[in-house]
Amino acid sequence: MSQSEFKPVLLGRIDRPDSQSLASYRADGGYEALAKALKMANTEVIDVVKNSGLRGRGGAGFPTGLKWTFLPKDVNGPIYLCINGDESEPGTFNNRVLIEEDPHQVLEGIVISSFATRATTAYFYLRYEYGRCYRTLKKAIDEMYANNLLGKNILGSGYDLDIYLHRGACAYICGEETGLIESLEGKRAWPRIKPPFPAIEGAFRRPTVVNNVETMACIPHILKHGPEWFQSMGVPKDPNNPRDAGSYGPKLYCISGHVNKPGLVELPMGITARDLIDNHAGGVWKGRKAKAVIPGGLSMGFMTNAELDTPLDFNGPGRVGCLGLGTAAVVVIDDQTSMVDVLYNACRFFAHESCGQCTPCREGTAWSTKILERIRDGRGKLSDIDLLLEISSSIGTIPGTTICGLADGAAWPIKTAINKFRGEFEEYIKSGRRSESPVLAGAH
Amino acid sequence: MVKVKINDIEVDADPKDNCILAARKAGVEIPHYCWHECLSVVASCRMCLVEVGETKPDGTVAMGPKLVPGCQTPIKEGTVIRTDSSKVKTSQQMTLELLLLNHPLDCSICDQAGECYLQDYTYKYGKAQSRLDEPKLHREDKYHIGEQIALFTDRCVMCTRCVRFTREVSGTAELQVVARGSHEEIDVFPDTPCNNKLAGNVVDLCPVGALCSKDFLYKKRVWWLKHAQSVCTGCSTGCSIHVDQNENKVYRLRPRENPQAQGHFMCDEGRFGFKYIHDDRRLKYPRLKTATGHASSAADSTPAGDLSFADPWPTILGEARKRIQTAIQNDPSGFVAVLSPFMSVEEAYLLASFIKGIDPRTKLTLGPVPVVGSDDLYPKGPKGEPPLPSKVKFTIRAEKCPNRLGVEAVLRHFERSVIHAESLGKSSASAWYVVGGYSTGWVNEKLDQAVGTPSLLIVQDIFPSPLSERADMVLAAGSFAEREGTYVNHAGLAQAAHASIRPPEEARADGRILMELAGRPGLFNAMALRKEIASTIPELSAICVGDLGDHGVRLAKNANQPLAAKS
Repeated sequence: MSQSEFKPVLLGRIDRPDSQSLASYRADGGYEALAKALKMANTEVIDVVKNSGLRGRGGAGFPTGLKWTFLPKDVNGPIYLCINGDESEPGTFNNRVLIEEDPHQVLEGIVISSFATRATTAYFYLRYEYGRCYRTLKKAIDEMYANNLLGKNILGSGYDLDIYLHRGACAYICGEETGLIESLEGKRAWPRIKPPFPAIEGAFRRPTVVNNVETMACIPHILKHGPEWFQSMGVPKDPNNPRDAGSYGPKLYCISGHVNKPGLVELPMGITARDLIDNHAGGVWKGRKAKAVIPGGLSMGFMTNAELDTPLDFNGPGRVGCLGLGTAAVVVIDDQTSMVDVLYNACRFFAHESCGQCTPCREGTAWSTKILERIRDGRGKLSDIDLLLEISSSIGTIPGTTICGLADGAAWPIKTAINKFRGEFEEYIKSGRRSESPVLAGAH
Repeated sequence: MVKVKINDIEVDADPKDNCILAARKAGVEIPHYCWHECLSVVASCRMCLVEVGETKPDGTVAMGPKLVPGCQTPIKEGTVIRTDSSKVKTSQQMTLELLLLNHPLDCSICDQAGECYLQDYTYKYGKAQSRLDEPKLHREDKYHIGEQIALFTDRCVMCTRCVRFTREVSGTAELQVVARGSHEEIDVFPDTPCNNKLAGNVVDLCPVGALCSKDFLYKKRVWWLKHAQSVCTGCSTGCSIHVDQNENKVYRLRPRENPQAQGHFMCDEGRFGFKYIHDDRRLKYPRLKTATGHASSAADSTPAGDLSFADPWPTILGEARKRIQTAIQNDPSGFVAVLSPFMSVEEAYLLASFIKGIDPRTKLTLGPVPVVGSDDLYPKGPKGEPPLPSKVKFTIRAEKCPNRLGVEAVLRHFERSVIHAESLGKSSASAWYVVGGYSTGWVNEKLDQAVGTPSLLIVQDIFPSPLSERADMVLAAGSFAEREGTYVNHAGLAQAAHASIRPPEEARADGRILMELAGRPGLFNAMALRKEIASTIPELSAICVGDLGDHGVRLAKNANQPLAAKS
């Protein structure tokens, strides 16, 4: 399917009047996929999702169907499904639009996924700051209970499901899979050590699956149109790379930063960053050029202007030294912006959001912020650049020094900014100039 | 057992061990802060990062691509651990540099200096200089965090051992982590200080100088302290302890790990309950009632330099032996000796065999056994309720003496039954030899009346009491820190306690008094006595080894002996 003939799937209904209501959702064929799924065996539903090649939209891109199969076969007692709606990656707002404008699409996906995973309880972990989402979801869930779409014996199938809407604890780390589970249990959102993985021992020490909101929104469409339809969109597997799982399906790209028309667009996976900025975001503002682009949320690092032809699929950003596709939140930084300021802002965010459990992340993020603060104050030394690189390469799960990936996310902006814009940092330090530009707040 | 290789040293390790324990067996130290045998694994300090690989069937070794925490990583047959690669060393250096980033480096005024893992590990694995150019983060110290503990917030490395201890062992959960990132601190809820009865353990658990004992604060540099292995006499749990002293003054007690006795910890009652040994009211001189009937010629108030009391012990003990023998000859069944549950097995044996040796018709009895409330079990539940029996991790026992079982075993041998001195009735004997050694007032009304005013009363004790006031002779004895001997705890574990200090002034350890009183040749030697006791008293035959080791020896359980049943 080419880009021009693509019709929005996940955002297909958002312009309808009253798009949040159950009646309107049903009028557009809503909950047909659920009715279809409930007639299948739960393993068949898993197979459909597996065959579609759907990969998690939360950032890591783990194949969703495969994740579901990690649950133990014989389980005595409940299985839980947790929905990660703690969207807090800087630049990301696709979950918010999905929930606020079309909550039933997400909720239908949740019921189908719960059925597939044999979960009898789903916890919707919603970012606390998303007040409107909370109200919309609450209303939608009430409607579902009133119409036998939740509760006992859903649609006469004999399947029972309850959804609990849980408002988050206002921290970036609550979006980490096991941090979310801890927070849901009422504890400090300190990510857990693995193993055991959540599929074996998750929320309340029960087998648990954690999925992103956008992933859930894809599920009804896959059930309705089949895996082949889903695979007709996006970038197929790289035949030379047996470990590549492909990048199929529609994807929501959040575009923000220095562009003329920031917003959320839905496109098949694999559009290039340049295409996205020029043709879907009205180009870089004020007639300037892009200096750096964040491909998928702050923690993925930076791409240079020369790297903008990289396709934004699960493999593309990695090929140019970024951490990955992340949440596909594209942030554009124009050529008038100092990378020192940008990096300082990034480090400040991660130092603020580090949960403080592992020494390298707790101290490393704060230290790099202090160094950049000093550089911005005109007191930098050239040796600081290598020190920053050393700190960034010694924190994270990739060297193995932390429990969760937050530190990788904190390290990548430093690594990519310095490796790709080293000249600018050196020039800044040598000039001894002091930065006057205001510091923007992070996600919180 | 599985074969594991650590830095090319092959050892047999328990498959349940983690890398740290396996490496310990090979004599290789993997530095760590957050991991502790008794607490859950959090793997957050990242000090124990090592390289781990496995041996393939063809004998080649495949090392993992990442560093892994040694505390969290299990071992199996063929596991290969490297702690000396440059990757590991660089990571250790970096972690230590990061831990010291905001540390005030105030070792010169820090109580932990000398036994601090930040110091030790930095010396062994760290580098000399920090590259931090910016001001350090300062956080306020929290002197209010507990009645017995103070938090020096800046020195904390956030290992959360203390937090996990209050959640997992004491169950009281006072301590917690507040704030986030490098601003994180250990704290308590307002007005809920960490005052549980096990709180002092967080000071031992703290690998750095963050949590300090207020009692010990700024009292002594730790390298001046000399350590003696001993047993806490606070209750019948019989926690293994270290007595830390300098120049004849005990500064602190610390729990000594003993899986046979109490595990890793001790309670605050025991930890801070040793102060009485330095009390000014202690009996410091032996006393002999003069012919005029006026007590205390060799009174405690007498200056040490007074020549007339320069060496009263030979005189007094000779006199005591003579009077005891005379009293027993006159009325053998009217002679009662009261043995204290604070005596060691050896002391009880010396006294019992001496008295019974003169005449078997004499009576040996057990002194008061102090019991306060009921056993206090940990971890506590959310409402302070005791845990299920299978979940108990620590018990403070109601029986507040160390050696009832040991003394009873001696009594059963010499007297064939355990007679409680309090049950004897008013003025029941003509001559009494009463041993105390209790930490608190112990002479109750019943005992007081039972003793009455006999023709001979000899009291061997550490504090004045109604009995010592009217005694014909007072033998100033030693406290637990001053004597050597064996204590049998509630479960029949015989542990050796070693003397750490000398008794005050002219007072003497009980063993020495009794050796001389009994006219036995030589010095008091607990090891030799244990062998003698073991061959005499079958119930105590297990102590025949003489040296009871660090963990003590369990007495054999025999159906004929009501040892276990009575505890």
